[in-house]
Amino acid sequence: MIRIFKPTIFVLCLVPFIIIAYQIIFNKLGAEPVKEVTHLTGEWTLRFILLSLAMTPLKTITKILVWIKYRRMLGLFAFFYGTLHLLTYIGLDYQFNLVPIIDDVFNKKYIFIGFAAWLLMMPLAVTSNQKMVLILKQNWKKIHRLSYLVGIFAVLHFIWLSKTIFFEPLIYLIILITLLSLRLDFIKFLFKKKTVT
Amino acid sequence: MKLNKFKSSEITPENIYRNRRQFIKKMGIVTGTALVSQNIITSALSYTPETERKITPYKFATTYNNYYEFGTSKSDPHKNSKDFITTPWNIKIDGEVENEITLSVEEIKNMIPSEERIYRFRCVEGWSMVVPWLGFPLNKLLNKVKPTSKAKFVKFTSVYDPDQMKGQRFPILNWPYKEGLRIDEAMHPLTIMVTGLYGKELPNQNGAPLRLIVPWKYGFKSAKAIVNIKFVEKMPISSWMNASPKEYGFYSNVNPNVSHPRWSQATERVIGENIYSPRIKTLMFNGYGDEVAGLYDGMDLRKNF
Repeated sequence: MIRIFKPTIFVLCLVPFIIIAYQIIFNKLGAEPVKEVTHLTGEWTLRFILLSLAMTPLKTITKILVWIKYRRMLGLFAFFYGTLHLLTYIGLDYQFNLVPIIDDVFNKKYIFIGFAAWLLMMPLAVTSNQKMVLILKQNWKKIHRLSYLVGIFAVLHFIWLSKTIFFEPLIYLIILITLLSLRLDFIKFLFKKKTVT
Repeated sequence: MKLNKFKSSEITPENIYRNRRQFIKKMGIVTGTALVSQNIITSALSYTPETERKITPYKFATTYNNYYEFGTSKSDPHKNSKDFITTPWNIKIDGEVENEITLSVEEIKNMIPSEERIYRFRCVEGWSMVVPWLGFPLNKLLNKVKPTSKAKFVKFTSVYDPDQMKGQRFPILNWPYKEGLRIDEAMHPLTIMVTGLYGKELPNQNGAPLRLIVPWKYGFKSAKAIVNIKFVEKMPISSWMNASPKEYGFYSNVNPNVSHPRWSQATERVIGENIYSPRIKTLMFNGYGDEVAGLYDGMDLRKNF
Protein backbone atom coordinates (compact mmCIF):
# COMPACT_ATOMS: atom_id res chain seq x y z
CA MET A 1 0.00 0.00 0.00
CA ILE A 2 2.64 2.50 1.02
CA ARG A 3 4.35 1.98 -2.32
CA ILE A 4 1.34 3.42 -4.09
CA PHE A 5 0.39 5.97 -1.46
CA LYS A 6 3.75 7.63 -1.10
CA PRO A 7 4.26 8.64 -4.76
CA THR A 8 0.61 9.74 -4.94
CA ILE A 9 0.98 12.00 -1.94
CA PHE A 10 4.25 13.32 -3.33
CA VAL A 11 2.48 14.39 -6.54
CA LEU A 12 -0.42 15.86 -4.55
CA CYS A 13 2.04 17.95 -2.54
CA LEU A 14 3.37 19.36 -5.81
CA VAL A 15 -0.07 20.47 -7.03
CA PRO A 16 0.01 23.90 -5.32
CA PHE A 17 3.42 24.53 -6.88
CA ILE A 18 2.13 23.60 -10.34
CA ILE A 19 -0.92 25.83 -9.94
CA ILE A 20 1.18 28.79 -8.79
CA ALA A 21 3.61 28.29 -11.68
CA TYR A 22 0.69 28.13 -14.12
CA GLN A 23 -0.77 31.35 -12.67
CA ILE A 24 2.55 33.14 -13.00
CA ILE A 25 3.13 32.01 -16.59
CA PHE A 26 -0.39 32.85 -17.74
CA ASN A 27 -0.66 36.03 -15.70
CA LYS A 28 -3.66 34.94 -13.65
CA LEU A 29 -2.69 36.43 -10.31
CA GLY A 30 -4.87 39.54 -10.32
CA ALA A 31 -4.26 43.02 -9.01
CA GLU A 32 -1.14 42.44 -6.94
CA PRO A 33 0.64 39.37 -8.38
CA VAL A 34 3.74 39.54 -6.19
CA LYS A 35 1.69 39.71 -3.04
CA GLU A 36 -0.47 36.86 -4.28
CA VAL A 37 2.54 34.60 -4.90
CA THR A 38 3.98 35.59 -1.53
CA HIS A 39 0.70 34.82 0.14
CA LEU A 40 0.13 31.51 -1.65
CA THR A 41 3.63 30.15 -1.03
CA GLY A 42 3.46 31.35 2.58
CA GLU A 43 0.12 29.76 3.21
CA TRP A 44 1.20 26.43 1.74
CA THR A 45 4.35 26.51 3.89
CA LEU A 46 2.20 26.94 6.96
CA ARG A 47 -0.17 24.17 5.87
CA PHE A 48 2.70 21.73 5.34
CA ILE A 49 4.26 22.64 8.67
CA LEU A 50 0.98 21.92 10.41
CA LEU A 51 0.41 18.76 8.38
CA SER A 52 3.83 17.42 9.33
CA LEU A 53 3.11 18.30 12.95
CA ALA A 54 -0.16 16.41 12.72
CA MET A 55 1.38 13.02 11.93
CA THR A 56 2.62 12.13 15.41
CA PRO A 57 -0.67 13.01 17.15
CA LEU A 58 -2.51 11.05 14.46
CA LYS A 59 -0.36 8.07 15.27
CA THR A 60 -1.13 8.41 18.98
CA ILE A 61 -4.85 8.80 18.44
CA THR A 62 -5.40 6.19 15.74
CA LYS A 63 -2.74 3.77 16.98
CA ILE A 64 -1.67 3.29 13.38
CA LEU A 65 2.03 3.71 12.76
CA VAL A 66 1.86 4.47 9.05
CA TRP A 67 1.36 8.22 9.56
CA ILE A 68 4.98 8.54 10.58
CA LYS A 69 6.09 7.39 7.13
CA TYR A 70 4.76 10.65 5.65
CA ARG A 71 6.12 13.00 8.28
CA ARG A 72 9.50 13.53 6.64
CA MET A 73 8.06 14.16 3.18
CA LEU A 74 5.55 16.69 4.50
CA GLY A 75 8.27 18.42 6.46
CA LEU A 76 10.50 18.64 3.41
CA PHE A 77 7.64 20.10 1.40
CA ALA A 78 7.20 22.71 4.14
CA PHE A 79 10.86 23.61 3.62
CA PHE A 80 10.39 23.62 -0.17
CA TYR A 81 7.42 26.01 -0.05
CA GLY A 82 9.11 28.07 2.66
CA THR A 83 12.14 28.51 0.43
CA LEU A 84 9.92 29.55 -2.50
CA HIS A 85 8.21 32.00 -0.15
CA LEU A 86 11.53 33.50 0.90
CA LEU A 87 12.75 33.69 -2.71
CA THR A 88 9.53 35.46 -3.74
CA TYR A 89 10.10 38.05 -1.06
CA ILE A 90 13.78 38.57 -1.86
CA GLY A 91 13.68 38.20 -5.63
CA LEU A 92 10.26 39.33 -6.81
CA ASP A 93 9.19 41.73 -4.09
CA TYR A 94 12.50 43.45 -3.40
CA GLN A 95 14.31 42.49 -6.61
CA PHE A 96 17.40 41.41 -4.65
CA ASN A 97 17.73 44.90 -3.22
CA LEU A 98 19.35 43.88 0.06
CA VAL A 99 19.23 47.16 1.97
CA PRO A 100 15.47 47.22 2.63
CA ILE A 101 15.50 43.46 3.20
CA ILE A 102 18.14 43.63 5.91
CA ASP A 103 16.33 46.60 7.41
CA ASP A 104 13.10 44.57 7.45
CA VAL A 105 14.69 41.49 8.98
CA PHE A 106 16.08 43.42 11.91
CA ASN A 107 13.35 45.98 12.43
CA LYS A 108 10.12 44.26 11.52
CA LYS A 109 9.20 41.49 13.90
CA TYR A 110 7.04 39.54 11.46
CA ILE A 111 9.86 39.41 8.92
CA PHE A 112 12.35 38.52 11.65
CA ILE A 113 10.30 35.65 12.98
CA GLY A 114 9.45 34.41 9.50
CA PHE A 115 13.10 34.40 8.55
CA ALA A 116 13.93 32.66 11.84
CA ALA A 117 11.34 29.98 11.07
CA TRP A 118 12.98 29.34 7.71
CA LEU A 119 16.46 29.20 9.28
CA LEU A 120 15.23 26.69 11.85
CA MET A 121 13.87 24.50 9.09
CA MET A 122 17.36 24.19 7.56
CA PRO A 123 18.89 21.85 10.15
CA LEU A 124 15.69 19.82 10.04
CA ALA A 125 15.91 19.43 6.27
CA VAL A 126 19.63 18.63 6.36
CA THR A 127 19.22 15.96 9.05
CA SER A 128 16.06 14.48 7.61
CA ASN A 129 17.51 11.42 5.88
CA GLN A 130 17.82 7.95 7.38
CA LYS A 131 21.60 8.14 7.63
CA MET A 132 21.38 11.19 9.85
CA VAL A 133 18.86 9.45 12.08
CA LEU A 134 21.40 6.68 12.65
CA ILE A 135 24.35 9.02 13.12
CA LEU A 136 22.61 11.42 15.51
CA LYS A 137 20.73 8.75 17.49
CA GLN A 138 19.15 10.33 20.57
CA ASN A 139 20.13 13.80 19.43
CA TRP A 140 18.06 13.46 16.27
CA LYS A 141 14.86 13.56 18.29
CA LYS A 142 16.06 16.61 20.18
CA ILE A 143 16.99 18.47 17.01
CA HIS A 144 13.68 17.67 15.41
CA ARG A 145 11.79 19.11 18.34
CA LEU A 146 12.73 22.40 16.65
CA SER A 147 9.73 21.72 14.44
CA TYR A 148 7.44 22.86 17.30
CA LEU A 149 9.28 26.17 17.32
CA VAL A 150 9.01 26.39 13.53
CA GLY A 151 5.24 25.96 13.84
CA ILE A 152 4.96 28.62 16.54
CA PHE A 153 7.16 31.07 14.60
CA ALA A 154 5.27 30.49 11.35
CA VAL A 155 1.88 31.13 12.95
CA LEU A 156 3.20 34.22 14.75
CA HIS A 157 4.57 35.43 11.41
CA PHE A 158 1.09 35.19 9.90
CA ILE A 159 -0.61 36.86 12.87
CA TRP A 160 1.85 39.73 12.97
CA LEU A 161 1.69 40.51 9.28
CA SER A 162 -2.11 40.55 9.20
CA LYS A 163 -4.07 43.68 9.94
CA THR A 164 -6.46 41.67 12.08
CA ILE A 165 -6.38 38.13 13.47
CA PHE A 166 -9.77 37.42 11.85
CA PHE A 167 -10.13 34.85 10.46
CA GLU A 168 -7.37 32.89 8.80
CA PRO A 169 -4.55 33.60 11.29
CA LEU A 170 -6.91 32.68 14.12
CA ILE A 171 -7.80 29.36 12.48
CA TYR A 172 -4.13 28.44 12.04
CA LEU A 173 -3.43 29.44 15.64
CA ILE A 174 -6.19 27.16 16.92
CA ILE A 175 -4.91 24.23 14.83
CA LEU A 176 -1.34 24.79 16.07
CA ILE A 177 -2.41 24.94 19.71
CA THR A 178 -4.41 21.75 19.24
CA LEU A 179 -1.49 19.91 17.61
CA LEU A 180 1.02 21.01 20.23
CA SER A 181 -1.22 20.27 23.17
CA LEU A 182 -1.83 16.76 21.89
CA ARG A 183 1.85 16.22 22.61
CA LEU A 184 1.50 17.09 26.27
CA ASP A 185 1.80 14.03 28.44
CA PHE A 186 -1.38 14.52 30.42
CA ILE A 187 -3.42 14.87 27.24
CA LYS A 188 -1.84 11.78 25.71
CA PHE A 189 -2.70 10.06 28.96
CA LEU A 190 -6.35 10.99 28.52
CA PHE A 191 -6.40 9.34 25.13
CA LYS A 192 -4.81 6.18 26.46
CA LYS A 193 -7.23 6.01 29.35
CA LYS A 194 -10.22 6.43 27.10
CA THR A 195 -9.20 3.61 24.85
CA VAL A 196 -8.56 1.28 27.79
CA THR A 197 -12.02 1.75 29.26
CA MET B 1 -8.22 79.52 7.78
CA LYS B 2 -5.68 78.87 5.15
CA LEU B 3 -8.12 78.00 2.45
CA ASN B 4 -7.67 81.18 0.45
CA LYS B 5 -4.20 79.97 -0.34
CA PHE B 6 -5.61 77.22 -2.47
CA LYS B 7 -7.35 78.91 -5.31
CA SER B 8 -7.53 76.42 -8.10
CA SER B 9 -5.69 78.60 -10.56
CA GLU B 10 -2.82 78.86 -8.11
CA ILE B 11 -2.44 75.26 -7.17
CA THR B 12 -2.57 73.72 -10.60
CA PRO B 13 0.69 74.32 -12.42
CA GLU B 14 0.39 74.85 -16.11
CA ASN B 15 2.12 71.68 -17.18
CA ILE B 16 -0.18 69.62 -15.02
CA TYR B 17 -3.08 71.51 -16.49
CA ARG B 18 -1.97 70.54 -19.94
CA ASN B 19 -1.41 66.95 -18.90
CA ARG B 20 -4.90 66.95 -17.57
CA ARG B 21 -6.29 67.82 -20.98
CA GLN B 22 -4.36 64.93 -22.49
CA PHE B 23 -5.62 62.81 -19.73
CA ILE B 24 -9.21 63.60 -20.39
CA LYS B 25 -8.65 62.68 -23.98
CA LYS B 26 -7.07 59.41 -22.97
CA MET B 27 -9.86 58.82 -20.52
CA GLY B 28 -12.33 59.30 -23.30
CA ILE B 29 -10.73 56.39 -25.05
CA VAL B 30 -10.56 54.27 -21.96
CA THR B 31 -14.02 54.77 -20.57
CA GLY B 32 -15.79 55.45 -23.82
CA THR B 33 -19.25 56.86 -23.36
CA ALA B 34 -19.29 56.33 -19.66
CA LEU B 35 -19.65 59.97 -18.67
CA VAL B 36 -23.40 60.01 -18.93
CA SER B 37 -24.87 58.50 -15.83
CA GLN B 38 -24.32 61.48 -13.58
CA ASN B 39 -24.54 65.18 -13.34
CA ILE B 40 -20.90 65.93 -14.10
CA ILE B 41 -19.31 69.17 -15.10
CA THR B 42 -16.16 68.11 -16.87
CA SER B 43 -15.47 71.60 -18.13
CA ALA B 44 -15.25 73.04 -14.65
CA LEU B 45 -12.64 70.81 -13.09
CA SER B 46 -11.24 72.86 -10.30
CA TYR B 47 -8.38 70.56 -9.54
CA THR B 48 -6.85 67.51 -11.11
CA PRO B 49 -3.26 66.89 -10.20
CA GLU B 50 -1.40 64.01 -11.80
CA THR B 51 -0.18 62.26 -13.43
CA GLU B 52 2.90 60.57 -14.59
CA ARG B 53 1.30 57.40 -13.43
CA LYS B 54 -1.17 55.35 -15.38
CA ILE B 55 -4.77 55.09 -14.29
CA THR B 56 -5.44 51.75 -12.60
CA PRO B 57 -7.63 49.43 -14.69
CA TYR B 58 -11.29 49.68 -13.66
CA LYS B 59 -11.36 45.94 -13.04
CA PHE B 60 -8.78 46.19 -10.27
CA ALA B 61 -10.14 49.36 -8.66
CA THR B 62 -13.49 47.61 -8.27
CA THR B 63 -12.42 44.08 -7.35
CA TYR B 64 -9.46 44.67 -5.06
CA ASN B 65 -10.88 46.46 -2.04
CA ASN B 66 -10.51 46.66 1.69
CA TYR B 67 -14.02 46.93 3.06
CA TYR B 68 -14.21 44.71 6.13
CA GLU B 69 -17.96 45.20 6.45
CA PHE B 70 -18.21 42.80 3.53
CA GLY B 71 -15.33 40.50 4.54
CA THR B 72 -11.61 40.69 5.21
CA SER B 73 -10.38 39.33 1.89
CA LYS B 74 -9.73 41.83 -0.93
CA SER B 75 -12.14 40.02 -3.22
CA ASP B 76 -14.94 39.82 -0.61
CA PRO B 77 -16.39 43.35 -1.06
CA HIS B 78 -16.97 42.81 -4.77
CA LYS B 79 -18.54 39.40 -4.16
CA ASN B 80 -20.58 40.20 -1.07
CA SER B 81 -21.88 43.69 -1.77
CA LYS B 82 -23.85 42.93 -4.93
CA ASP B 83 -27.26 43.11 -3.24
CA PHE B 84 -26.45 45.94 -0.86
CA ILE B 85 -29.31 48.46 -0.94
CA THR B 86 -28.26 52.11 -1.08
CA THR B 87 -31.61 53.81 -1.73
CA PRO B 88 -33.10 55.52 0.13
CA TRP B 89 -30.03 56.88 1.93
CA ASN B 90 -29.87 59.83 4.27
CA ILE B 91 -26.90 61.63 5.69
CA LYS B 92 -27.25 63.59 8.89
CA ILE B 93 -24.92 66.47 9.61
CA ASP B 94 -25.10 67.35 13.30
CA GLY B 95 -23.13 67.80 16.50
CA GLU B 96 -21.64 71.19 17.29
CA VAL B 97 -23.66 73.03 14.66
CA GLU B 98 -26.37 75.68 14.85
CA ASN B 99 -28.57 73.99 12.27
CA GLU B 100 -28.35 70.23 12.01
CA ILE B 101 -29.64 68.87 8.72
CA THR B 102 -30.54 65.55 7.15
CA LEU B 103 -30.16 65.24 3.39
CA SER B 104 -30.82 62.39 1.06
CA VAL B 105 -28.06 61.36 -1.31
CA GLU B 106 -30.29 62.42 -4.20
CA GLU B 107 -30.68 65.89 -2.73
CA ILE B 108 -26.96 66.18 -2.21
CA LYS B 109 -26.17 65.05 -5.76
CA ASN B 110 -28.67 67.52 -7.20
CA MET B 111 -27.41 70.34 -5.04
CA ILE B 112 -23.70 69.86 -5.64
CA PRO B 113 -22.50 68.73 -9.06
CA SER B 114 -19.73 66.16 -9.23
CA GLU B 115 -16.48 66.68 -11.07
CA GLU B 116 -13.69 64.31 -11.96
CA ARG B 117 -10.62 64.07 -9.71
CA ILE B 118 -7.76 61.79 -10.62
CA TYR B 119 -6.02 60.96 -7.37
CA ARG B 120 -3.35 58.59 -6.22
CA PHE B 121 -4.70 56.20 -3.59
CA ARG B 122 -2.20 54.74 -1.13
CA CYS B 123 -3.23 51.91 1.18
CA VAL B 124 -1.53 51.56 4.57
CA GLU B 125 -0.70 47.99 3.52
CA GLY B 126 1.81 49.26 0.97
CA TRP B 127 -0.03 49.24 -2.36
CA SER B 128 -1.42 52.04 -4.48
CA MET B 129 -3.76 52.85 -7.33
CA VAL B 130 -4.60 55.89 -9.45
CA VAL B 131 -8.35 56.36 -9.55
CA PRO B 132 -10.51 58.84 -11.48
CA TRP B 133 -13.11 59.66 -8.83
CA LEU B 134 -16.26 61.63 -9.40
CA GLY B 135 -17.12 63.84 -6.49
CA PHE B 136 -17.23 67.27 -4.97
CA PRO B 137 -15.24 69.08 -2.30
CA LEU B 138 -16.52 68.10 1.14
CA ASN B 139 -16.46 71.77 2.12
CA LYS B 140 -19.38 72.41 -0.22
CA LEU B 141 -21.46 70.02 1.84
CA LEU B 142 -20.13 71.14 5.21
CA ASN B 143 -20.92 74.76 4.33
CA LYS B 144 -24.63 73.88 4.53
CA VAL B 145 -24.32 73.99 8.31
CA LYS B 146 -22.92 76.58 10.71
CA PRO B 147 -20.46 75.01 13.16
CA THR B 148 -20.45 76.45 16.68
CA SER B 149 -17.26 77.85 18.17
CA LYS B 150 -16.72 74.55 19.99
CA ALA B 151 -16.37 72.53 16.79
CA LYS B 152 -12.78 71.42 16.17
CA PHE B 153 -13.07 68.08 14.42
CA VAL B 154 -15.38 66.27 12.04
CA LYS B 155 -16.38 62.69 12.78
CA PHE B 156 -17.62 60.38 10.04
CA THR B 157 -19.74 57.34 10.77
CA SER B 158 -20.40 54.64 8.21
CA VAL B 159 -23.54 52.57 7.98
CA TYR B 160 -24.25 49.78 10.49
CA ASP B 161 -26.33 47.04 8.92
CA PRO B 162 -25.18 43.53 9.88
CA ASP B 163 -28.11 42.01 7.99
CA GLN B 164 -26.63 43.22 4.75
CA MET B 165 -22.98 43.41 5.81
CA LYS B 166 -21.87 40.06 7.10
CA GLY B 167 -18.47 41.28 8.26
CA GLN B 168 -20.30 43.35 10.87
CA ARG B 169 -21.59 40.17 12.50
CA PHE B 170 -18.07 39.63 13.84
CA PRO B 171 -16.01 41.91 16.08
CA ILE B 172 -13.36 42.53 13.41
CA LEU B 173 -13.52 46.26 14.12
CA ASN B 174 -15.48 48.47 16.44
CA TRP B 175 -18.62 48.80 14.30
CA PRO B 176 -19.91 51.00 12.83
CA TYR B 177 -16.77 52.22 11.09
CA LYS B 178 -15.72 55.60 12.42
CA GLU B 179 -13.21 58.08 11.05
CA GLY B 180 -12.30 61.68 11.69
CA LEU B 181 -10.55 64.75 10.36
CA ARG B 182 -9.55 68.09 11.78
CA ILE B 183 -11.90 70.79 10.45
CA ASP B 184 -9.19 72.39 8.30
CA GLU B 185 -8.42 68.97 6.77
CA ALA B 186 -12.10 68.37 6.10
CA MET B 187 -12.49 71.82 4.52
CA HIS B 188 -9.38 71.44 2.35
CA PRO B 189 -10.25 71.59 -1.36
CA LEU B 190 -8.52 68.26 -2.04
CA THR B 191 -10.85 66.46 0.38
CA ILE B 192 -13.81 65.18 -1.58
CA MET B 193 -17.05 63.31 -1.17
CA VAL B 194 -17.17 60.68 -3.87
CA THR B 195 -20.26 59.75 -5.85
CA GLY B 196 -18.68 57.74 -8.64
CA LEU B 197 -15.56 56.53 -10.39
CA TYR B 198 -14.38 56.06 -13.97
CA GLY B 199 -17.37 58.10 -15.12
CA LYS B 200 -19.79 55.67 -13.54
CA GLU B 201 -21.96 55.40 -10.45
CA LEU B 202 -20.01 54.44 -7.34
CA PRO B 203 -20.07 50.62 -7.04
CA ASN B 204 -21.15 49.19 -3.69
CA GLN B 205 -17.73 47.68 -3.05
CA ASN B 206 -16.13 51.12 -3.34
CA GLY B 207 -18.37 52.66 -0.69
CA ALA B 208 -21.66 53.58 -2.35
CA PRO B 209 -23.59 55.72 -2.19
CA LEU B 210 -21.28 58.34 -0.74
CA ARG B 211 -17.73 58.02 0.55
CA LEU B 212 -14.87 60.23 1.54
CA ILE B 213 -11.53 60.54 -0.25
CA VAL B 214 -8.60 62.26 1.44
CA PRO B 215 -5.81 61.66 -1.07
CA TRP B 216 -2.83 62.55 1.14
CA LYS B 217 -3.82 60.08 3.86
CA TYR B 218 -3.78 56.29 3.93
CA GLY B 219 -6.84 54.76 2.33
CA PHE B 220 -8.55 53.67 5.53
CA LYS B 221 -9.10 57.34 6.47
CA SER B 222 -11.48 57.64 3.52
CA ALA B 223 -14.63 56.21 5.13
CA LYS B 224 -17.20 54.48 2.93
CA ALA B 225 -21.01 54.46 2.94
CA ILE B 226 -21.25 57.44 5.27
CA VAL B 227 -24.50 58.08 7.18
CA ASN B 228 -23.43 60.69 9.68
CA ILE B 229 -21.07 63.66 9.72
CA LYS B 230 -20.70 65.15 13.17
CA PHE B 231 -18.88 68.31 14.20
CA VAL B 232 -17.20 67.61 17.53
CA GLU B 233 -14.99 69.35 20.04
CA LYS B 234 -12.68 66.45 20.88
CA MET B 235 -10.54 64.39 18.52
CA PRO B 236 -12.66 61.43 17.43
CA ILE B 237 -11.35 57.91 18.02
CA SER B 238 -11.47 56.08 14.70
CA SER B 239 -12.23 52.36 14.43
CA TRP B 240 -8.63 51.62 13.51
CA MET B 241 -7.25 53.72 16.37
CA ASN B 242 -9.52 51.74 18.62
CA ALA B 243 -8.31 48.42 17.17
CA SER B 244 -4.61 49.22 17.44
CA PRO B 245 -3.69 52.64 18.82
CA LYS B 246 0.07 52.13 18.42
CA GLU B 247 -0.27 51.37 14.73
CA TYR B 248 -3.00 53.67 13.47
CA GLY B 249 -2.93 57.29 14.51
CA PHE B 250 -5.51 59.98 14.02
CA TYR B 251 -3.62 61.75 11.23
CA SER B 252 -2.39 58.76 9.19
CA ASN B 253 -0.82 60.97 6.57
CA VAL B 254 1.09 59.07 3.92
CA ASN B 255 4.68 59.33 5.11
CA PRO B 256 7.55 57.21 3.76
CA ASN B 257 9.74 58.19 6.72
CA VAL B 258 7.44 56.90 9.44
CA SER B 259 6.97 53.19 9.08
CA HIS B 260 4.05 51.22 10.35
CA PRO B 261 5.32 49.46 13.50
CA ARG B 262 5.16 46.16 11.63
CA TRP B 263 6.11 47.06 8.06
CA SER B 264 7.92 49.74 6.10
CA GLN B 265 6.09 52.56 4.31
CA ALA B 266 9.07 53.65 2.21
CA THR B 267 7.87 51.98 -0.98
CA GLU B 268 4.64 50.81 -2.53
CA ARG B 269 3.49 48.26 -5.05
CA VAL B 270 1.49 49.57 -7.99
CA ILE B 271 -1.78 47.71 -8.54
CA GLY B 272 -2.22 46.27 -12.00
CA GLU B 273 1.48 46.01 -12.78
CA ASN B 274 2.95 42.66 -13.75
CA ILE B 275 4.81 40.33 -11.45
CA TYR B 276 8.27 41.57 -12.45
CA SER B 277 7.58 45.26 -11.82
CA PRO B 278 9.53 46.81 -8.98
CA ARG B 279 8.05 48.74 -6.09
CA ILE B 280 8.02 52.52 -6.41
CA LYS B 281 9.04 55.10 -3.82
CA THR B 282 6.24 56.41 -1.64
CA LEU B 283 5.97 60.20 -1.67
CA MET B 284 5.49 62.44 1.36
CA PHE B 285 1.76 63.24 1.72
CA ASN B 286 1.30 60.85 -1.22
CA GLY B 287 2.70 63.55 -3.51
CA TYR B 288 0.28 66.26 -2.35
CA GLY B 289 2.78 68.03 -0.10
CA ASP B 290 2.62 71.32 -2.00
CA GLU B 291 -1.07 71.53 -1.23
CA VAL B 292 -1.30 70.12 2.28
CA ALA B 293 2.06 70.33 4.07
CA GLY B 294 1.02 73.71 5.46
CA LEU B 295 -1.73 72.07 7.49
CA TYR B 296 0.92 70.41 9.64
CA ASP B 297 3.44 73.22 10.07
CA GLY B 298 5.36 72.83 13.29
CA MET B 299 3.90 69.41 14.07
CA ASP B 300 6.05 66.40 14.85
CA LEU B 301 4.72 63.96 12.27
CA ARG B 302 6.50 61.06 13.93
CA LYS B 303 4.46 61.66 17.07
CA ASN B 304 1.31 62.67 15.24
CA PHE B 305 1.38 59.69 12.91
